[in-house]
Amino acid sequence: MSDIKLARIKNAEPLSLDSLPILNTREFQDAVIASVAKGARLAALFGLPARIGKAVSASMDIVTIIAVLIRGDKGVTEVAGTEVKDSYPALTGHIVQAHLFEREIAEQWGVRPEGHPWLKPIRFHKGCRPGKDVWARPENEEISPGVTDFFRVEGEEVHEVAVGPVHAGIIEPGHFRFQCHGERVFHLEISLGYQHRGVENALINGPDKRSIHYIETLAGDTTAGHALAYCQAVEALCGHKISARAEEIRAIALELERCANHTGDLGALAGDVGFLPTASYCGALRGDFLNMTALICGNRFGRNLIRPGGVIFDLDGIKTDELMARLEKTFAGVKGAAGLLWETQSVIARFEDTGRLSKKMCRQLGLVGVAARACGVPLDIRSELPAGAYTKNRPAVCTFKTGDVYARAYIRWLEIERSFHFIKDRAENLAEDGAKAGMPVNPARNNSLVVSCVEGWRGEICHVAITGDDGRFVRYKVVDPSFHNWMGLQMALRNQQISDFPLCNKSFNLSYCGHDL
Amino acid sequence: MLKILAERIKQGKRTIAFPGGEPKLPDRFRGLPVIDVSRCSAGCSTCVEVCPTGALTMTGKKAVMDIGRCLFCTGCETACPNGAIKFSQDFRLAARNRNDLKFSGGGFRPAQALDKNIRRIFGKSLKLREISAGGCNACEADVNVLGTTVFDIGRFGIQFVASPRHADGILVTGPVTKNMRDAVMETYEATPQPRLVIAAGSCAISGGPYIGHKEVENGLDTLILVDLYVPGCPPHPLTILDGILRLLGKIK
Repeated sequence: MSDIKLARIKNAEPLSLDSLPILNTREFQDAVIASVAKGARLAALFGLPARIGKAVSASMDIVTIIAVLIRGDKGVTEVAGTEVKDSYPALTGHIVQAHLFEREIAEQWGVRPEGHPWLKPIRFHKGCRPGKDVWARPENEEISPGVTDFFRVEGEEVHEVAVGPVHAGIIEPGHFRFQCHGERVFHLEISLGYQHRGVENALINGPDKRSIHYIETLAGDTTAGHALAYCQAVEALCGHKISARAEEIRAIALELERCANHTGDLGALAGDVGFLPTASYCGALRGDFLNMTALICGNRFGRNLIRPGGVIFDLDGIKTDELMARLEKTFAGVKGAAGLLWETQSVIARFEDTGRLSKKMCRQLGLVGVAARACGVPLDIRSELPAGAYTKNRPAVCTFKTGDVYARAYIRWLEIERSFHFIKDRAENLAEDGAKAGMPVNPARNNSLVVSCVEGWRGEICHVAITGDDGRFVRYKVVDPSFHNWMGLQMALRNQQISDFPLCNKSFNLSYCGHDL
Repeated sequence: MLKILAERIKQGKRTIAFPGGEPKLPDRFRGLPVIDVSRCSAGCSTCVEVCPTGALTMTGKKAVMDIGRCLFCTGCETACPNGAIKFSQDFRLAARNRNDLKFSGGGFRPAQALDKNIRRIFGKSLKLREISAGGCNACEADVNVLGTTVFDIGRFGIQFVASPRHADGILVTGPVTKNMRDAVMETYEATPQPRLVIAAGSCAISGGPYIGHKEVENGLDTLILVDLYVPGCPPHPLTILDGILRLLGKIK
């Protein structure tokens, strides 16, 4: 019953597969439950169709399920695996935050988590083990997205509102079902999968020339975040240490990405309550941050900057000066534009107490990032599991207590402020040891596992790479922060006005493709 | 109220002079690739081998680039032993025909205007319905910014609307996932005729990085005819704006 059964590794530190504890299913469950009871959170829970011993041997009968937990208090991740066949007792009954992971395992590998209370597909694709389907769907039949049983409330005055997949704005597709009583929402269920592009399967046998492009487009607004997580993983497997300067430039890109998206979100939140000044200023200011990223690497989203071995573009003196000047100006603009929000009663009245989540609910659901910090839960990979430039410079974690739209908005502003100081500090004190990527990276360690976490702008990004005999990926698991947080949005909508949905949705601003992969 | 006004003055005017002025792009911006085929050496196919999406092919001794597949990663530029490929600063990349995106040397032809009759209908007011069909939210984001004060697409009479019933055409981003195919077709059918179809980004043109995946359709024109292709990963907002304005004959 103790957590010593789990192997402990640091962020982006490789582990030989022969040191990965493979427990029996009962021990595995106990160990995971015990770890969560001590404050760990489930960062990933996934399967691969193989047995893991000293090496990985592919199998169509056995699925190894691996759990990755984050122990922020100890600065480590904990990992263990267990072998299952066609079913195993679900963890979800004990740990709510496992719920979506177990649905994913059921869909991908045809393994039934017995006792799962809401076992439905999440992405609507065929399973990866032919002949194994927990829903017994005929193999020759196409699977249609969104065609499933939805949670229903019945009663005389209860009605259902269905929205999507195509939405009214310029946003990604998803299907939403509201159970309403008049204006009041009893429950919202979100059904995704429309964006599924088969990324995880395509990463198998990598790294190859397309891998980094999958990573950069996993969630295109989080290019720097995912690219950083991927590069940390690959470099760990290759035993390659990059220069301090490259680490700093990567961190600058990550923080610019945070500033851009947070600024855009503040603008969009303002727009959703009809406060147009901040909405229009932030639209332009967000672009200024994107253009700073383009100043560094030529692309507004940071494409082609972060690569295994370092960064492709360096920041010379002239570029640094230009970056600093623009940063100061844009930050002053955001300060003014966001400042209007906190001083305008009609905005505050709409933000406060809308879409509230309790701290307890947040912990149960395993929410991460801005949404968790807004509930007063101080999660932040940059200070819990710092890697790269964050090892020496950890931006302070911002938290707020109310868990409502106001909190999620205000956290964004606080984080823009801290990121601004971080970027300024790093850019002014760049290490002098060269930045260029393209250095020969050693062949990857074979039969190893690495967990790589990054605090992206939405929250915790977790990549897990497992290599086979030839040092190539036999499994590459991606967990975007949105995967944890979609359920948070659904719960936040309970007992809200349906007209507050856009506001609540924007206060989370989750990724559809990051979830659908 | 006074604070709002003071802030309005502080934020200043943000709309760029375009078209008309030459927009300022970052010096590391990667626009139209230019291939100097005279530098290609016989038997060399280095660029073809490094390209992640098969954007480059060899026709005889010449390298041919398909910017409908290109991710603008410059892998080819770096790898070419003869320095034959250079990504220029030219952001004007949109074309009317799929084949116009494939070229060698500097022979790229930007989009031509629609014919006069169609322009009479759409020239002064064009309403578009955006559909994300597997887009990673980068294309979507840079379509969205056209509505900000910086690009202010409304001044050209162009607007993104909430319903296909209100639209004169669709603009699609993403490779068109299998799971979005029906929704794309239904939205297209719901748009009244005559209607325009725009594919924005490498994914929507060819599948982009997802080309060949069983989960996607390899781009919009595998399903419906496309009137305007806007390459890029993602296309710069100016590339999209330039493309639409060319289509409407507002830039020649």
